Amino acid sequence: MSPRPHLRPGLVALVAAGGAVGTSARYGLALALPHDGGWPVATFVANLFGAFLLGALLEALLRRGAESVGGRRARLGLGTGVLGGFTTFSSLALETDRLVAGGAAVTGVTYALATVVGGVLTCLAGVALAGARHRRRGGGGAR
Amino acid sequence: MTFLLVALCGGLGAATRFVVDELFRGRWAHEFPVATVAINVSGSGLLGLLTGASLYLDLPSGWLLVAGTGFCGGYTTFSTATVETVRLAQAGEYGLAAANAFGALALALGAVAAGIAVVWLLA
Repeated sequence: MSPRPHLRPGLVALVAAGGAVGTSARYGLALALPHDGGWPVATFVANLFGAFLLGALLEALLRRGAESVGGRRARLGLGTGVLGGFTTFSSLALETDRLVAGGAAVTGVTYALATVVGGVLTCLAGVALAGARHRRRGGGGAR
Repeated sequence: MTFLLVALCGGLGAATRFVVDELFRGRWAHEFPVATVAINVSGSGLLGLLTGASLYLDLPSGWLLVAGTGFCGGYTTFSTATVETVRLAQAGEYGLAAANAFGALALALGAVAAGIAVVWLLA
């Protein structure tokens, strides 16, 4: 039996490096689109775009069939690392809490629900895009 | 300097999430993605504590940025949670998909509010 991935320092380091890149991108977006107390645009954009990209990435990898070494590195480095670090659940929860606590309950609840529902929709769009691209290339594969 | 520390802590958070997820994977066989829910709820609780410390204990804003935006942001993930919701729905498990999407949100909101409240009570 091969050791579980978390026991391999190389893969943990790959996820950490990806996470540093994704977190930097999210922080850069937050600096470019500062939160003025209204709709948290930066987190909203990062979460919806990140869900789209992860849906597309994982679907593209899945359609290649059995996971190769390179495929696993792409899934962990780009998916778990970069896109996992780029998107955030804690900021979504905190921003919603602060909006509601600050008297903007409607904005807070709308923001939270729009993120969750919008994320599912952009993720599905990513999955569909990767599927269409795979079919255009005449690929067979797992699905 | 702050940017570098935020990036480093984001990487540390992502690596922690990866290890926690793998530890859950070895012990939890059910299709419901309990690992990601646990990660997102615990990370939200930690961000609540940090925010409470910033509001009531004068935690310097740099610390909130590095530990909150960096570590908690890198540790928690919205994209993986969403992919897991979509996969449950694709498998026809609509109830579990809805529970994963809205249940995790409700738990994370409760955790962040509880974190802030704990510091407020202690301060």
